[in-house]
Amino acid sequence: MSEKWLRLIVVATMILLVELLCRVGVIPRMVMLAPSQMVVELAEILRTGQFSADIRTTFTNIAISTALSIVLGFVAGLIIYSLPALRHALEPLLASYYAVPTFVFYPIFITLFGVGSASIIAIAVLLAVVSMITATLNGLDRIPRVLRKTAQIYRMSRAKTALLVELPATLPYLFTGVKLSVAYSFIGVIASEFILSGAGIGYAIAYAYNLFENGHMYALILLVLVTVTIVNTILNMIDRRLQARRQR
Amino acid sequence: MNPAAAGAKVVTLKQQPAPVEAHATLRGVTRIFQLPKSTLHALGPIDLDLAKGEFFSVVGPSGCGKSTLLDILAGLSAPQAGTAHFEGKPVNGVPDGVGVVFQEDASFPWLNVRDNVAFGLRRAGVDPAEIQRRVDYAIGFMGLKDFAASFPAQLSGGMRQRVCIARTLVMQPRLILLDEPFGALDQQTRLLMGDELLRLWRETSATVLLITHALDEAAMLSDRVGVMSTRPGTFIDFVETGWERDRDSRVVSTPHFGDITARLWEKLRVEALKIMSAGKS
Repeated sequence: MSEKWLRLIVVATMILLVELLCRVGVIPRMVMLAPSQMVVELAEILRTGQFSADIRTTFTNIAISTALSIVLGFVAGLIIYSLPALRHALEPLLASYYAVPTFVFYPIFITLFGVGSASIIAIAVLLAVVSMITATLNGLDRIPRVLRKTAQIYRMSRAKTALLVELPATLPYLFTGVKLSVAYSFIGVIASEFILSGAGIGYAIAYAYNLFENGHMYALILLVLVTVTIVNTILNMIDRRLQARRQR
Repeated sequence: MNPAAAGAKVVTLKQQPAPVEAHATLRGVTRIFQLPKSTLHALGPIDLDLAKGEFFSVVGPSGCGKSTLLDILAGLSAPQAGTAHFEGKPVNGVPDGVGVVFQEDASFPWLNVRDNVAFGLRRAGVDPAEIQRRVDYAIGFMGLKDFAASFPAQLSGGMRQRVCIARTLVMQPRLILLDEPFGALDQQTRLLMGDELLRLWRETSATVLLITHALDEAAMLSDRVGVMSTRPGTFIDFVETGWERDRDSRVVSTPHFGDITARLWEKLRVEALKIMSAGKS
């Protein structure tokens, strides 16, 4: 049996088990909805459009923070790569960056940007950008020397070498950074909405939780899970194609 | 192979013969690398004349500066002293008409075989119809026709090296520099690739400089072999093989081939022993 099918069976079994435990009352409805009920509730909130504004806000913030993280991370990576002394100084900080709980900085962002999307995006970018910087450095480090020599043989300018040789050679590594930036942006935005916002999916989940509206809460949780799964599946498909070409 | 070549005479020369028409020359070329706390005299002084259309190989012990010599002739590296000339012009940067095949896989993994082979022509702004004609020819010549749409990751090491050779061939270089191009390949593939290389050489009439650590490869392929000393590398001998132009890998079964490799090894053994004894002391 393939790994893929085995994984599917494990997930399906767990969902069915939760469904069963909910239906026979082992897990009370006040604690958790049956998965089938979550799907019904999700369909309902999508149909009524009750949370459309929150959904739109969250995905817009995720898209902006992902784009900013990728661009800023890539540019910062290029700058750090071109300045070896700076890189030498920063590398220990980059290596231990994710040991810092970024969310502790939220009061600073509220002071700077106020409560709202700007603070949320800032936290998400802070969380995601270093993964892109690291991926950029990693990609640039791994460009085979012989490819740069080949570009020299074709008498290519520095700009053309960067665009037509170095960028494609680093692309598989950069894409790893893109994947991580997307993941960290989801985490950063939705988690920040719990504490920093009056709108968004994270805020709506917290609001529903406080009012014991389990139907809405689980529908929104399911929406996040489904979206993340779809986005990751697409990114993994692209990643597999890029990685397959990298095998030398 | 022409069996008549089996009776060819090995000519060992302390000095290289005056070439009929020097296509590329090195005069007093010296390369010194600056290390953090010292300097490393890697090469030279080297004098070399490559005759137009000659197949010249360089053999020498590891670290003797063979690849450095090639880099200088290719314009990839500048010597501290001495001069390199190609077709009468000083080498400053990569000269027009020079093609290089490296030991490492230099195919672009994100491009398929056809696009890899066409890469240099597109950069040079060659007419698309001409690109197609040259690429079709090179792909056919190197036996890559069925793999034109494949990516390098889908090919063996030997096939990828064929892609790199085809990519060099389409540029129609007048001087082909090969830096241990078959070093990573198994013996059988190396012999067959050697045949391909000879075919390419005959077809293009280009001058070829091959860097190799394999004496059999140098003996089989070359008109003339230069033997280099340990670092700093200088030429200690030149051996003319006497092969006819129309030759292939079957020459390895002739007594003459044994004579050439024996001559090369005789010189190289002394240099290799120097490195070994230096390592022990």
